Amino acid sequence: MSAILEVDALVAGYEPDMPIVNGARLTVGHGEITVILGPNGAGKSTLIKAIAGLVPVFSGTVRFEGRDITSTPAHQLVREGLAFVPQTDNVFVAMSIDDNLRLAAGILPKRERARRIAEMYEFFPDLAGRRGLAAGRLSGGQRQMVAIARALVVSPRLIILDEPSAGLSPKMVEHVFERLTDVRASGVTVVLVEQNAKAALSVADRALVLVEGRNRHEGPAATLAADAEIAELYLGGLAAHAPETRPARRLAEVGR
Amino acid sequence: MMTAQVLADGVLDGAMIGLGAAGVTLTYSILRFSNFAHGEMLTAGAYAALTVSGALGSLLAGSAEPIGDTSIGWGLIAATCLAMGFTALLAIVLDWLVFARLGRKATSITVVMASFGASMALRALVEFAFTSSPAYFNRDMQIAVPIGLGMRVTPDQVALTVFSLFLIILTHLVLTRTQVGRSMRAVSENPALARLAGVDVAKVVRITWALGGALATGAGVMLGLLVQIRPGMGFDLLLPMFAAAIVGGIGSVPGAFCGAMIVGLGEALTVAIVGPEWRAALAFCALIAVLLIKPSGLFGARA
Repeated sequence: MSAILEVDALVAGYEPDMPIVNGARLTVGHGEITVILGPNGAGKSTLIKAIAGLVPVFSGTVRFEGRDITSTPAHQLVREGLAFVPQTDNVFVAMSIDDNLRLAAGILPKRERARRIAEMYEFFPDLAGRRGLAAGRLSGGQRQMVAIARALVVSPRLIILDEPSAGLSPKMVEHVFERLTDVRASGVTVVLVEQNAKAALSVADRALVLVEGRNRHEGPAATLAADAEIAELYLGGLAAHAPETRPARRLAEVGR
Repeated sequence: MMTAQVLADGVLDGAMIGLGAAGVTLTYSILRFSNFAHGEMLTAGAYAALTVSGALGSLLAGSAEPIGDTSIGWGLIAATCLAMGFTALLAIVLDWLVFARLGRKATSITVVMASFGASMALRALVEFAFTSSPAYFNRDMQIAVPIGLGMRVTPDQVALTVFSLFLIILTHLVLTRTQVGRSMRAVSENPALARLAGVDVAKVVRITWALGGALATGAGVMLGLLVQIRPGMGFDLLLPMFAAAIVGGIGSVPGAFCGAMIVGLGEALTVAIVGPEWRAALAFCALIAVLLIKPSGLFGARA
C-alpha cells in the first residue's frame, strides 16, 4: 500500500532549543487508520500539530501525497486535502452547526457546498435536526461530531484528530470510533492521537508508540495491542483491561 | 426644558455614534485591540468626502444640486462612496505600518499607546493639510419640519438617520448571511480554528479594517453635515463610540447600534436635564455601569 503521509526525522516544538518532537518518523498508508500512542508529554499532539502546520518545524520533512508540505500554513493545508481536528475548542461555539459547516465548506467550489453539507447531515444524522442550534449548546459528543463534520465537509483525503475521545462518555467514545471506521470505509485516511489506547487500537490498522518525541514501537495495531510489555510500559492501564495477555498479572490479582 | 425634541436629537446623535461604534466593535472583537485611532478614521473620511465633493462640484456643474428637500447633492453621495474606499485603504495601510508590526494584542499596552500615537499623528496631519478652522459640506439653511409630538427635524436629519440604519443593517447582513461574514465571526471567536477551517486570517483582518474605515466615513460625513468638519471631530466622539460598543456588547453590530442609541438618548437627556457641560459624563457613566453590572454588554457573548 502506497504512503499518503511520510514524516521523516521530524524535530518540532515551541522553542528551538527545546524540541518536543525529536526525530519522529511516521508512514501512513492510503485508507488506513493509524493511532499514535504514548505517555503524557511524549510529544504526540505536538507531532500531529507540526504535521498540520500549527507548530514550528525545526528540521525533518513532512510529505503528503508525495509533495513536501513541511511548514505549510494550516489554512493552505486544508485546501490541499489535509484536515485537522483539534482536541479542544474545535467548534465555533457562537455559530450554529450549519454556519460551522458552511464556513468550512467555503473553500469548495460554490456548486458543491450544499451537496457536501447535506452529505454531512446524512453521515451525522444527530446533527441534522439541530442545524440551527449554536454549537456551544451541544453536548461534548455532539460537538465532537460537529468538529469531525467540519473537517470532513471539504472531502479531505487525510484527516488528523487530536484525542477525539477526550472527555466523552464510554458510550460516546465507542460511537466516535465507529464513525472513524466509517470515515475509513469512505476512503479517507485517518491519523489520531489517543490516550484511550484500548478503544483506539481496536479500530486502528497501525499504531506508533511515541516516547520522548521519538518512535519507540510501531507496527500493526493488533500486534501492539497483544504485546503485554508495551501495554504495561507505555499504554497505561491497557494490561488491566486485557489480563489474558498477562498470566502473571492475573495471578497477582487473585492473590490479593 | 424637557420635550419630545430631546428624543429626536438623541436618536439622531445615536445613529451617528452607531456607525462609529459598529467599526469599533468589529476591530475590537476581530483584531483584538482597542484602536484609539478610530476617531481619526471618521475625521479622515469626512475630509476625504469634502475634498472629493469639492472637486466634483468644480468639475461637474450640478453635482451639488440638492436631491429633494435635503441639502445633499449626488456629488456628495459619490464623494462619500469614494471616501469610504479611501478610508478603508488608510485603515489597512495604518495596520500594515503600525499595528501588525507590534503584534496586535488587546493586552499589549504598546499597541494601545501606538494607536494613541497614530491618532495624534493623523489629527495633526489633517490640521496641517486643512487648517483647524471648521469646514462645511454646504451652507444651505435647512428648515426643520414638524413630525408630531412637538418634534421638528430637518430633511437632512431624516435622510442621514435612514442612511445610518441602512449601513448598520447591511453590515449585520454581511456578517450573518455571507461567507465573508462567517469568516469574520470565526476569526473573532477562534483564530486558530478559523485557520484550520481554511480561513485566510490576514485577508479577514484587511476586510475588517476596510469595513471599519468605511463605516467611520459614514459617521464622519453624517457629523459633517449635521454639525461641521474639523480635525478634532472624530477624537471627540471616541468615548461615546467605545461606550456604545461596550454597552452593546463587543462583537455585536446590532448591539453597538442599540448601545449608541442609549448613549445618544442619554446624552440628549443629560443636556436637557442637567446641562450641556455634563454631556460627556453620560458616556462615562454608561460605560462604568455596564462594566460593573454586565461586562459582556447587552448583546455580547463574551466579556
